[in-house]
Amino acid sequence: MNPIAEYAIALLLLVGGFFTLVGAIGLARLPDFYTRLHGPTKATTVGVGAIVLSSVIYFSSKGQGVGVAEVLITVFLFLTAPVSANIMAKAAMHIGVPTTDSTRGNTWDQ
Amino acid sequence: MITIALYITIAMVVLATVLNVYRLIKGPDAPDRVLALDTLYINAIALIVLLGITLGTRLYLESALLIAVMGFVGTVAMAKYLKRGSVID
Amino acid sequence: MLDRLSFPQPYLSLILFAVWQFLSDGISGASVVLGLVLAWMIPQLTRGFWPDPPFFARPWKLPPYLLIVLYDILVASVSVARLILSGREPKPILVSYPLELTHPLAISMLASTISLTPGTVSADVSDDRTLLLIHALDAESDDEVINAIRTRYEARLREMFQ
Repeated sequence: MNPIAEYAIALLLLVGGFFTLVGAIGLARLPDFYTRLHGPTKATTVGVGAIVLSSVIYFSSKGQGVGVAEVLITVFLFLTAPVSANIMAKAAMHIGVPTTDSTRGNTWDQ
Repeated sequence: MITIALYITIAMVVLATVLNVYRLIKGPDAPDRVLALDTLYINAIALIVLLGITLGTRLYLESALLIAVMGFVGTVAMAKYLKRGSVID
Repeated sequence: MLDRLSFPQPYLSLILFAVWQFLSDGISGASVVLGLVLAWMIPQLTRGFWPDPPFFARPWKLPPYLLIVLYDILVASVSVARLILSGREPKPILVSYPLELTHPLAISMLASTISLTPGTVSADVSDDRTLLLIHALDAESDDEVINAIRTRYEARLREMFQ
């Protein structure tokens, strides 16, 4: 296999794993629901995107063709992450999940 | 080199999964658990893709795609249930 | 009658057709025919859920916008990662953002962009579509958040839709 592709795959894998882990640490560590929402929507989406991209490079450098399923997975994750974050935030505000004391501003519910 | 990177990445994603399960068990509110499940399915996609690279096959990608679609629908359905008390209205 | 044979959502039909070609692994006669059938049938069956037709005044502005958003997503993840790993407590703030956009598609694109980019998640839109509730993970004041979004994203979306 071409060494540049090999470096790229290894780097993307490590970056992907790192961001996935950071998203999960954020989910476990941050103080309230609304701040926890930030970890998975950004870090985890990018992390999984990087891992899927490394899979695209891996299989195309092995001569198995460019994977369209991978591209669809990435596009789908990036399209759905904000929608699910938004709907979960709405549900949380409706139930009245409290914010941490350091939060300025108020939630609404209509 | 790819093999080493692959094992390190799998370890990191598994650790991430464990942290998500911690949040799933601890809660404290229902939306936190929905969020933990949402993150869990995204991590499952990552694990399936990594498994595919480890075994050198692209067969598993179809299932990753299905999990991506179904996981999103599941998250929306649960959030909607929390908000309205019913999924379809 | 003719209405029933048309494509009420041209963009949606195009996307459905393209996605079907991707899913069926290789373009063949069968996948093109089935793709056309799906691209016609799904928008027809769901037309009740799409009250306003999509409208782009300048659709060619979409790709540069997507590139900017993609770049911002990468920057956003790094800054969120730094905050999470630094161990300090974040300074969250809830901001009511007065919308200048009016088209529902434009508002939903802005809300999605906000959710994916630096330290902000859009939480809700008011019923009259004039306010957007944004949760920022780490910001000093609401003016900072509002100005950043106004100049970087909303101005570009307004050019695209108006």
